[in-house]
This record gives sequence, structure tokens and C-alpha cells, in this order.
Amino acid sequence: MDSKNLYQEVILDHNRKPRNWGRLADASHRAEGLNPLCGDHIWLSLKLDGDRVGAIAFEGESCAICKASSSMMTASVKGRSVGEAEELIREFRDMATGKLDAASQPNQLGRLSVFAGVRDLPARVKCAILPWHTLHAALNAEATVSTEGDRDPVAAADS
Amino acid sequence: MNAGSQAAQALKPAALDAEELRTDFPILGVKVNGRPLVYLDNAASSQMPRQVIDRLTQYQTREHANIHRGVHFLSETATAAYEGARAKIQRFINAAEVREVIYTHGTTDSLNLVMHGYGRAFVGAGDEIIVSQLEHHSNIVPWQMLCEEKGAKLRVIPCNDAGELLLDEYGALFNARTKLVAVTHVSNALGTINPVKDMIATAHRHGVPVLVDGAQAVPHMKIDVQDLDCDFYAFSSHKMCGPTGVGILYGKAALLEKMRPFEGGGDMILSVTFEKTIYNAIPYKFEAGTPPIAGAIGLGEAVDYLESVGMARIAAHEHDLLAHATESLGRIRDVRIIGTARDKAGVLSFTLKGVHPHDVGTILNEEGVAVRTGHHCAQPVMQRFGIPATARASFYFYNTMAEVDALVAGIQKVRKIFG
Repeated sequence: MDSKNLYQEVILDHNRKPRNWGRLADASHRAEGLNPLCGDHIWLSLKLDGDRVGAIAFEGESCAICKASSSMMTASVKGRSVGEAEELIREFRDMATGKLDAASQPNQLGRLSVFAGVRDLPARVKCAILPWHTLHAALNAEATVSTEGDRDPVAAADS
Repeated sequence: MNAGSQAAQALKPAALDAEELRTDFPILGVKVNGRPLVYLDNAASSQMPRQVIDRLTQYQTREHANIHRGVHFLSETATAAYEGARAKIQRFINAAEVREVIYTHGTTDSLNLVMHGYGRAFVGAGDEIIVSQLEHHSNIVPWQMLCEEKGAKLRVIPCNDAGELLLDEYGALFNARTKLVAVTHVSNALGTINPVKDMIATAHRHGVPVLVDGAQAVPHMKIDVQDLDCDFYAFSSHKMCGPTGVGILYGKAALLEKMRPFEGGGDMILSVTFEKTIYNAIPYKFEAGTPPIAGAIGLGEAVDYLESVGMARIAAHEHDLLAHATESLGRIRDVRIIGTARDKAGVLSFTLKGVHPHDVGTILNEEGVAVRTGHHCAQPVMQRFGIPATARASFYFYNTMAEVDALVAGIQKVRKIFG
């Protein structure tokens, strides 16, 4: 694939100006996501308002793919129910690992389909999925996740 | 031309012809994303010339059997080739004796052999091992494991902002408890060539043996282990045009004799009863089980190939590539070169302000340019420079100035995409 397909303006924009950047002081759920091989490291905090994601924020150090994925994820799940967020997590993983073709199969991904190109870059799939895996961990009260070992998001997506 | 300049001309080796040498490497003809491959990840693994590929094919098609076992034709053929390669490697690094050359599975395996065979026998509670800030994880973690097991301490030689080891601080680390120095010859992350000969002399004044990690040195410069006077020297085949899965540990015979075997098994014994096993002589004491025979023979062929090119010419060409790359990258806005030692091998680590190295690597890959991105298994180096990762271009003799220019154009494209 050509980098123009992955490094689209929307991804570059979210990388330059990440939305929902920071940490929530009154978070009900938190998780830390780490990709030790490439050094992506993010902290996610969110506050549930009943069954809905009332507020969500992230910060960390990462590549453009991970940062843009985090930023767009926070914008996408804010206001959604936990069940809807989990469904989006599943769809994003499936798209990034090539199991869901966002262009031809029904899904809720919308603008998130700009990340479809990572499926051709195995070394970068983890960068895109890390925030989603971290969100899943936060919603399920796991403190930290790593892309390595049995919590590998790609392995998790395959299981 | 007068006689004097003619003599100078004769002393300086003729420059190598990289374009011609490239025709020996079938893989360099591969296209990536429709563009010619620009392979600049040689510090991770080098490519293999047809001469080595053909030697492996010949071995597998006409010579293969297990070694040191049979009286039959193929076993004798394979044994002769395997031991013949050992003799080539001995000459290549100028070891005093062929039995000082031990086949291992690679540099990591060689370093672990010293940890188990020497470290576990001679390092005790309260003893100290000196490593440097520039080490690859493979020359840190085994010593940490030993320290944990024995209650010993790891001491670290610091480096300056250029990535050069601080030799005064090094000298001050020695005391009566110092048992070993384990130091890299060339930093894989920064390219710094450490003054290991002087460092070995310093250690020997304190009666301390030195293990040198030569994985990034042997492929690129003439190594003479007797001139260095190192006690151990470790390197890998796959970074010097040979196959993966095989490496070398050189050790002074007197030290190797005193060491415990690392692994037990076949070939490393003279006799076995349930009451007592008598170990084989060196080097076989350290070569338990069926070794990587094909790999060893391939490494021997790689040594022949490198000698035919000439180590001095290889070093000179890589020096030119590095100088051109350093100058060209230095002109790109926001490029920071990590590792600016005066004495450097063909490794160029850099960061691009505001762009993560993995994004640099992905975009360079679209241009067919292969670089390594990440912490290069040297996280303490990254911590020293306050960065999580770098992009690293590493050169070999088959790289060309045009390939350096392709790297530069690729980085400019990254700069343009990220604004």
C-alpha cells in the first residue's frame, strides 16, 4: 500500500491536535496501554454516566497511528453505551486485522475506516489497536494491558 | 608520479566497486512497493552473496551427514568442511590456536556461554561485573541474571552526549571485587567504536579478564584478537554475509580450559558412566549436541568472501557512506543524529522532531528503504539520550551513495507528509 492511504490528512490532523487529551481527575475507569516493542504508551481514563461514556481522555507517548487512533476512538465512544463501545472495539479490531472489510460489510466504524490500511502493515496493526484494547481493559477493570504475551491485542482479536 | 606517492598509493587499498559486488547478492534485486530495495538494516542482519548460498547448496546436496560420528564418507566430508571452516575463522580473527574458536548459535549464545561457563564458576557474592551504557540487551541481561543468582553487582561505564564511553570513570570502577568486564566493540544503536584495546589493557592491569561483544565489529573491520589481547570475543555469522543460527566465541585457551561446560550432551564428552563423565577437550567441551554444521560451513565461505573483498576496503567504503549520510541528514530540518562519536562504524541513528521513528520507518518502507526503528535492544542507550526510540540506517559494503541519497529523499518525504 502507499503511505498516502494510511497517513491521510484526518490521521495527521488527529496526530497534531489530539482530541480529548489529558487525564480525568474523577474517572470511574482507568487503564494503561503499552506496546513494549515500539514504545507506544498511553493512559486512558473515562467516567461512566450510568451505562454511557460520559467523559473520556487519553495521554501518552506514541507514534502517529496510535495517537490518531486514540484520539478518534475517544471522539467516537463518547456518549455511547458500554455495549456499543464494546461492539466498536470488536469491529475496529476486525478491520485492522483484515477480518472486516469496512467498505463492503455493515459496521458502525464511520470515519474510523481510515485505519483500514494498517491491515497491510503487520508491524503497525498493534499501534492502531492499542487504544481500543486499552479501552476494553478499562471497561473491564483491568489496570494495564500490553501488546505482548497473552494479552496481545492481535492474539485477542484472533481468539 | 614520484616514487613516494606511488608507495602511498600502493599502501592505500583501491576503493571497492559496490555496484559490481552487488551482483553477487541476488536479494538486492528485490523490488519493494515497485521500487528497488534499499537495504539499510545491516546492523540487524546482512545479506548473503551467491558464493555462500552456493556453498550451502553444495553442502546439502553432496556433503551432509553428522560430524565427528561416522567412519563413512559423508560424515568425514562434513567433518572436514566443518573443521576447515573453524580454521578459516581462526585465521580471520588471528586466534593463536584453532581450539580457541568455539561454534555457538550466535553472539547471544556466546555471551551466555561465558556467563554460565565462566561467570557462574568464578563470580561470587559481593563481586562486581563491569558493563557499559552502550550494551545491547544481550550483554546486560545475562549478567543481571548472574548477579541475581550470586548476589553480585553490575557496574556501568557511563558515556558522554556523543555516545563515547568515559574512560576515566571506567578506570575508577575497578576494585578488588571486579571479576569481569563485558563491553561491546561497536555500539549497535549508535555506531560508536569503543577503544577496546586500551580498555582491555586497563582491565588487565587490575587482573580482570575482558569479554568483547564483537557482533557489530567483525563484519566491518579487521579484528585481531591477539593484538586486542581480549580474553573472550563474541560474534555472529548472519551479520557478516553468513547464515543465521551460528556464531563464534573466541576464548583464550587457558581460560576455556578452566571453565565449566555450558550445556551437557553428545560430542562434549570423552566418556560417560553413571558414576562419572569426563569432558572432552576444548573447543568440543562447549559444543554439545549436533552443531549448526551447514551454518558453520556457510560462515567459513562468508569469511572467504569478505577476505576477497578486503576488510580494509570494506571499512573505507562504509566510512565514506557514513560521512555522506551524516552530512546529508544533518541538512534536513529537525533531524537529530543520535551518536556523534569521533570514531564510528556505519551506523546512523536519528530522530525527526515531531515524528515517531515508527512512522518514519513505515513511510521509508513505501519508498523501498529498509531501516530499523525502535530501541534496538539497547533501552539503556535510549534512556541516556532521553528518547523512546530512533530510526537507524546501517550500512554494508554493498550499499551505494545513491542509496544514501534515496534514504535522504525518503526522510524529506516524511518531513513533507508530517508538515
